[in-house]
Amino acid sequence: MISLAHYLTVAAILFTIGVLGIFLNRRNVILMLMAIELILLAVNINLVAFSAYLGDLTGQVMAMFVLTVAAAEAAIGLAILVIFFRRRGSIAVDDVNRMRG
Amino acid sequence: MIALLAFYLFATLTIASALAVVFARNPVHSVLWLIVAFFNGAGLMLLVGAEFIAMLLVIVYVGAVAVLFLFVVMMLDIDFAVLRRGFTQNLPFGILIALVLLGEIVVAVMGWQAGPALSGGHIAATPAVPNIVALGQLLYSRYLFPFEIAGLILLVAMIGAIVLTHRRRGDTRTPRASRQLRRRPQDATRLTQPGVGEGVKL
Repeated sequence: MISLAHYLTVAAILFTIGVLGIFLNRRNVILMLMAIELILLAVNINLVAFSAYLGDLTGQVMAMFVLTVAAAEAAIGLAILVIFFRRRGSIAVDDVNRMRG
Repeated sequence: MIALLAFYLFATLTIASALAVVFARNPVHSVLWLIVAFFNGAGLMLLVGAEFIAMLLVIVYVGAVAVLFLFVVMMLDIDFAVLRRGFTQNLPFGILIALVLLGEIVVAVMGWQAGPALSGGHIAATPAVPNIVALGQLLYSRYLFPFEIAGLILLVAMIGAIVLTHRRRGDTRTPRASRQLRRRPQDATRLTQPGVGEGVKL
Protein backbone atom coordinates (compact mmCIF):
# COMPACT_ATOMS: atom_id res chain seq x y z
CA MET A 1 0.00 0.00 0.00
CA ILE A 2 1.36 3.40 -0.95
CA SER A 3 1.20 5.71 2.01
CA LEU A 4 1.29 9.46 2.20
CA ALA A 5 4.82 9.22 3.62
CA HIS A 6 6.01 7.75 0.31
CA TYR A 7 4.80 10.80 -1.56
CA LEU A 8 6.16 13.22 1.01
CA THR A 9 9.57 11.54 0.75
CA VAL A 10 9.66 11.82 -3.03
CA ALA A 11 8.58 15.46 -2.88
CA ALA A 12 11.15 16.27 -0.19
CA ILE A 13 13.97 14.72 -2.22
CA LEU A 14 12.81 16.51 -5.36
CA PHE A 15 12.62 19.83 -3.51
CA THR A 16 16.14 19.33 -2.17
CA ILE A 17 17.48 18.53 -5.62
CA GLY A 18 15.88 21.72 -6.91
CA VAL A 19 17.53 23.83 -4.23
CA LEU A 20 20.83 22.05 -4.88
CA GLY A 21 20.47 22.91 -8.55
CA ILE A 22 20.06 26.60 -7.74
CA PHE A 23 23.15 26.53 -5.55
CA LEU A 24 25.32 24.60 -7.98
CA ASN A 25 24.49 26.49 -11.17
CA ARG A 26 24.85 29.95 -9.78
CA ARG A 27 25.94 31.43 -13.10
CA ASN A 28 23.50 29.78 -15.49
CA VAL A 29 20.06 31.41 -15.31
CA ILE A 30 18.42 28.82 -17.56
CA LEU A 31 19.39 25.99 -15.22
CA MET A 32 18.24 28.04 -12.24
CA LEU A 33 14.82 28.44 -13.86
CA MET A 34 14.71 24.69 -14.48
CA ALA A 35 15.59 24.06 -10.84
CA ILE A 36 12.71 26.33 -9.82
CA GLU A 37 10.43 24.24 -12.03
CA LEU A 38 11.63 21.13 -10.20
CA ILE A 39 10.85 22.77 -6.84
CA LEU A 40 7.36 23.65 -8.05
CA LEU A 41 6.89 20.06 -9.25
CA ALA A 42 7.73 18.88 -5.73
CA VAL A 43 5.20 21.32 -4.29
CA ASN A 44 2.59 20.07 -6.73
CA ILE A 45 3.25 16.45 -5.80
CA ASN A 46 2.81 17.36 -2.13
CA LEU A 47 -0.43 19.22 -2.80
CA VAL A 48 -1.89 16.41 -4.89
CA ALA A 49 -0.83 13.72 -2.40
CA PHE A 50 -2.39 15.58 0.54
CA SER A 51 -5.50 16.22 -1.52
CA ALA A 52 -5.83 12.53 -2.34
CA TYR A 53 -5.18 11.28 1.16
CA LEU A 54 -7.43 13.83 2.86
CA GLY A 55 -10.18 13.22 0.32
CA ASP A 56 -10.40 16.96 -0.32
CA LEU A 57 -10.10 18.34 -3.83
CA THR A 58 -8.89 21.77 -2.72
CA GLY A 59 -5.28 20.63 -2.94
CA GLN A 60 -5.69 19.79 -6.60
CA VAL A 61 -7.25 23.18 -7.29
CA MET A 62 -4.28 24.83 -5.58
CA ALA A 63 -1.91 22.62 -7.61
CA MET A 64 -3.58 24.00 -10.72
CA PHE A 65 -2.98 27.57 -9.56
CA VAL A 66 0.65 26.75 -8.79
CA LEU A 67 0.95 25.37 -12.32
CA THR A 68 -0.53 28.57 -13.76
CA VAL A 69 1.83 30.81 -11.87
CA ALA A 70 4.78 28.57 -12.73
CA ALA A 71 4.00 28.79 -16.43
CA ALA A 72 3.69 32.59 -16.23
CA GLU A 73 6.95 32.80 -14.29
CA ALA A 74 8.79 30.66 -16.83
CA ALA A 75 7.52 32.79 -19.71
CA ILE A 76 8.47 36.10 -18.08
CA GLY A 77 11.81 34.74 -16.85
CA LEU A 78 12.79 33.50 -20.29
CA ALA A 79 11.69 36.80 -21.87
CA ILE A 80 13.90 38.72 -19.46
CA LEU A 81 16.70 36.26 -20.23
CA VAL A 82 16.34 36.86 -23.96
CA ILE A 83 16.52 40.65 -23.67
CA PHE A 84 19.41 40.36 -21.22
CA PHE A 85 21.29 38.18 -23.68
CA ARG A 86 20.53 40.61 -26.49
CA ARG A 87 22.06 43.45 -24.49
CA ARG A 88 25.06 41.74 -22.95
CA GLY A 89 25.79 38.71 -25.15
CA SER A 90 25.99 36.48 -22.08
CA ILE A 91 23.64 35.10 -19.47
CA ALA A 92 26.07 34.83 -16.56
CA VAL A 93 24.22 35.95 -13.45
CA ASP A 94 27.39 37.31 -11.85
CA ASP A 95 27.38 40.13 -14.39
CA VAL A 96 23.93 41.30 -13.40
CA ASN A 97 24.96 44.37 -11.46
CA ARG A 98 24.19 46.97 -14.08
CA MET A 99 21.22 48.34 -12.18
CA ARG A 100 23.28 49.10 -9.11
CA GLY A 101 23.17 52.75 -8.14
CA MET B 1 1.20 -4.57 -5.58
CA ILE B 2 1.37 -3.32 -9.14
CA ALA B 3 0.56 0.16 -7.85
CA LEU B 4 3.48 -0.06 -5.42
CA LEU B 5 5.82 -1.21 -8.16
CA ALA B 6 4.61 1.60 -10.41
CA PHE B 7 5.09 4.07 -7.59
CA TYR B 8 8.69 3.02 -7.04
CA LEU B 9 9.36 3.09 -10.78
CA PHE B 10 7.95 6.60 -11.18
CA ALA B 11 9.59 7.88 -7.99
CA THR B 12 13.03 6.52 -8.91
CA LEU B 13 12.82 7.88 -12.43
CA THR B 14 11.61 11.28 -11.22
CA ILE B 15 14.46 11.64 -8.77
CA ALA B 16 17.06 10.27 -11.17
CA SER B 17 16.00 12.61 -13.96
CA ALA B 18 15.88 15.55 -11.55
CA LEU B 19 19.48 14.79 -10.62
CA ALA B 20 20.32 14.58 -14.32
CA VAL B 21 18.72 18.02 -14.86
CA VAL B 22 21.03 19.53 -12.28
CA PHE B 23 24.20 17.68 -13.22
CA ALA B 24 23.94 17.45 -17.02
CA ARG B 25 26.75 19.21 -18.87
CA ASN B 26 24.64 20.26 -21.83
CA PRO B 27 21.59 22.44 -21.05
CA VAL B 28 19.68 20.84 -23.93
CA HIS B 29 20.06 17.53 -22.14
CA SER B 30 18.89 19.24 -18.97
CA VAL B 31 15.67 20.30 -20.66
CA LEU B 32 15.11 16.80 -22.01
CA TRP B 33 15.66 15.33 -18.54
CA LEU B 34 13.20 17.89 -17.19
CA ILE B 35 10.61 16.49 -19.61
CA VAL B 36 11.29 12.97 -18.30
CA ALA B 37 10.93 14.24 -14.72
CA PHE B 38 7.59 15.83 -15.51
CA PHE B 39 6.27 12.73 -17.23
CA ASN B 40 7.12 10.63 -14.20
CA GLY B 41 5.68 13.23 -11.85
CA ALA B 42 2.47 13.01 -13.84
CA GLY B 43 2.62 9.23 -13.39
CA LEU B 44 2.93 9.71 -9.62
CA MET B 45 -0.13 11.93 -9.65
CA LEU B 46 -2.08 9.43 -11.73
CA LEU B 47 -1.46 6.80 -9.06
CA VAL B 48 -3.44 8.75 -6.46
CA GLY B 49 -6.25 9.47 -8.89
CA ALA B 50 -5.47 13.08 -9.76
CA GLU B 51 -5.99 12.55 -13.46
CA PHE B 52 -6.67 16.13 -14.45
CA ILE B 53 -3.58 17.56 -12.78
CA ALA B 54 -1.46 14.78 -14.30
CA MET B 55 -2.71 15.55 -17.80
CA LEU B 56 -2.31 19.26 -17.16
CA LEU B 57 1.28 18.64 -16.14
CA VAL B 58 1.98 16.80 -19.37
CA ILE B 59 0.20 19.36 -21.55
CA VAL B 60 1.43 22.54 -19.88
CA TYR B 61 4.92 21.54 -18.87
CA VAL B 62 5.97 19.12 -21.58
CA GLY B 63 3.93 20.79 -24.29
CA ALA B 64 4.60 24.42 -23.50
CA VAL B 65 7.14 25.23 -20.81
CA ALA B 66 9.76 22.64 -21.77
CA VAL B 67 9.47 23.60 -25.44
CA LEU B 68 9.91 27.24 -24.43
CA PHE B 69 13.07 26.33 -22.52
CA LEU B 70 14.31 24.31 -25.47
CA PHE B 71 13.72 27.22 -27.85
CA VAL B 72 15.59 29.64 -25.63
CA VAL B 73 18.50 27.27 -25.04
CA MET B 74 18.85 26.55 -28.74
CA MET B 75 18.29 30.08 -30.02
CA LEU B 76 20.72 31.90 -27.77
CA ASP B 77 24.34 31.41 -28.69
CA ILE B 78 25.72 30.80 -25.23
CA ASP B 79 29.10 29.45 -24.22
CA PHE B 80 27.98 27.03 -21.56
CA ALA B 81 31.48 25.93 -20.60
CA VAL B 82 32.14 29.38 -19.14
CA LEU B 83 28.88 29.23 -17.22
CA ARG B 84 29.87 25.98 -15.56
CA ARG B 85 32.86 27.60 -13.89
CA GLY B 86 32.46 27.46 -10.14
CA PHE B 87 30.34 24.32 -10.30
CA THR B 88 32.78 22.16 -8.34
CA GLN B 89 33.62 25.10 -6.14
CA ASN B 90 29.99 25.43 -5.12
CA LEU B 91 29.51 21.67 -4.79
CA PRO B 92 30.39 21.15 -1.09
CA PHE B 93 28.45 24.18 0.08
CA GLY B 94 25.47 23.30 -2.08
CA ILE B 95 25.37 19.72 -0.84
CA LEU B 96 25.65 20.96 2.74
CA ILE B 97 22.71 23.32 2.25
CA ALA B 98 20.71 20.58 0.53
CA LEU B 99 21.35 18.11 3.37
CA VAL B 100 20.37 20.66 6.00
CA LEU B 101 17.19 21.40 4.08
CA LEU B 102 16.38 17.72 3.70
CA GLY B 103 16.94 17.22 7.43
CA GLU B 104 14.55 20.06 8.18
CA ILE B 105 11.89 18.60 5.90
CA VAL B 106 12.31 15.16 7.50
CA VAL B 107 11.92 16.68 10.97
CA ALA B 108 8.81 18.51 9.82
CA VAL B 109 7.31 15.37 8.31
CA MET B 110 8.10 13.36 11.45
CA GLY B 111 6.38 16.01 13.50
CA TRP B 112 3.38 15.74 11.26
CA GLN B 113 3.26 11.97 11.67
CA ALA B 114 3.24 12.38 15.44
CA GLY B 115 -0.04 14.24 15.18
CA PRO B 116 -3.31 12.46 15.84
CA ALA B 117 -5.03 13.08 12.54
CA LEU B 118 -4.65 10.72 9.60
CA SER B 119 -1.92 8.52 11.00
CA GLY B 120 -3.09 5.61 8.87
CA GLY B 121 -4.17 7.55 5.82
CA HIS B 122 -5.55 5.65 2.88
CA ILE B 123 -6.46 6.75 -0.56
CA ALA B 124 -10.05 7.88 -0.56
CA ALA B 125 -12.40 5.51 -2.31
CA THR B 126 -13.29 6.46 -5.84
CA PRO B 127 -16.01 9.09 -5.55
CA ALA B 128 -19.23 9.03 -7.51
CA VAL B 129 -18.16 11.75 -9.94
CA PRO B 130 -14.95 11.56 -11.95
CA ASN B 131 -11.96 13.64 -10.95
CA ILE B 132 -12.34 16.16 -13.77
CA VAL B 133 -16.05 16.69 -13.11
CA ALA B 134 -15.46 17.24 -9.40
CA LEU B 135 -12.61 19.67 -10.09
CA GLY B 136 -14.70 21.57 -12.59
CA GLN B 137 -17.61 21.88 -10.17
CA LEU B 138 -15.23 23.21 -7.52
CA LEU B 139 -13.45 25.60 -9.90
CA TYR B 140 -16.59 27.18 -11.27
CA SER B 141 -18.36 27.58 -7.93
CA ARG B 142 -16.19 28.04 -4.88
CA TYR B 143 -12.95 28.97 -6.59
CA LEU B 144 -14.41 31.04 -9.39
CA PHE B 145 -12.68 34.25 -8.35
CA PRO B 146 -9.19 32.72 -7.95
CA PHE B 147 -9.76 30.96 -11.26
CA GLU B 148 -10.45 34.28 -12.99
CA ILE B 149 -7.38 35.77 -11.31
CA ALA B 150 -5.31 32.87 -12.66
CA GLY B 151 -6.54 33.70 -16.14
CA LEU B 152 -5.62 37.34 -15.58
CA ILE B 153 -2.13 36.34 -14.45
CA LEU B 154 -1.67 34.37 -17.66
CA LEU B 155 -2.86 37.34 -19.72
CA VAL B 156 -0.47 39.69 -17.94
CA ALA B 157 2.39 37.21 -18.42
CA MET B 158 1.60 36.91 -22.11
CA ILE B 159 1.45 40.66 -22.69
CA GLY B 160 4.54 41.18 -20.55
CA ALA B 161 6.57 38.61 -22.46
CA ILE B 162 5.54 40.14 -25.79
CA VAL B 163 6.30 43.68 -24.67
CA LEU B 164 9.67 42.63 -23.25
CA THR B 165 10.94 40.74 -26.26
CA HIS B 166 9.35 42.69 -29.10
CA ARG B 167 11.74 45.01 -30.85
CA ARG B 168 11.20 47.45 -33.64
CA ARG B 169 13.74 46.98 -36.39
CA GLY B 170 14.73 49.90 -38.56
CA ASP B 171 15.33 47.99 -41.77
CA THR B 172 11.87 46.56 -42.31
CA ARG B 173 9.07 48.21 -44.28
CA THR B 174 5.93 47.97 -42.22
CA PRO B 175 2.60 49.34 -43.49
CA ARG B 176 1.46 52.58 -41.89
CA ALA B 177 -2.11 52.00 -40.84
CA SER B 178 -3.06 55.67 -40.54
CA ARG B 179 -1.97 56.40 -44.08
CA GLN B 180 -3.77 53.38 -45.41
CA LEU B 181 -6.97 54.30 -43.63
CA ARG B 182 -6.79 57.91 -44.79
CA ARG B 183 -6.82 56.89 -48.45
CA ARG B 184 -10.21 57.31 -50.11
CA PRO B 185 -11.42 55.49 -53.22
CA GLN B 186 -12.17 58.73 -55.10
CA ASP B 187 -8.55 59.92 -54.60
CA ALA B 188 -6.99 56.62 -55.47
CA THR B 189 -8.88 55.52 -58.59
CA ARG B 190 -10.14 57.31 -61.64
CA LEU B 191 -12.66 56.02 -64.11
CA THR B 192 -11.99 56.85 -67.76
CA GLN B 193 -13.52 55.79 -70.99
CA PRO B 194 -10.88 56.25 -73.70
CA GLY B 195 -11.80 56.13 -77.34
CA VAL B 196 -10.42 53.43 -79.60
CA GLY B 197 -6.68 53.87 -80.17
CA GLU B 198 -6.30 56.84 -77.84
CA GLY B 199 -5.06 55.19 -74.73
CA VAL B 200 -5.07 56.57 -71.22
CA LYS B 201 -3.01 59.51 -70.01
CA LEU B 202 -1.56 58.76 -66.62
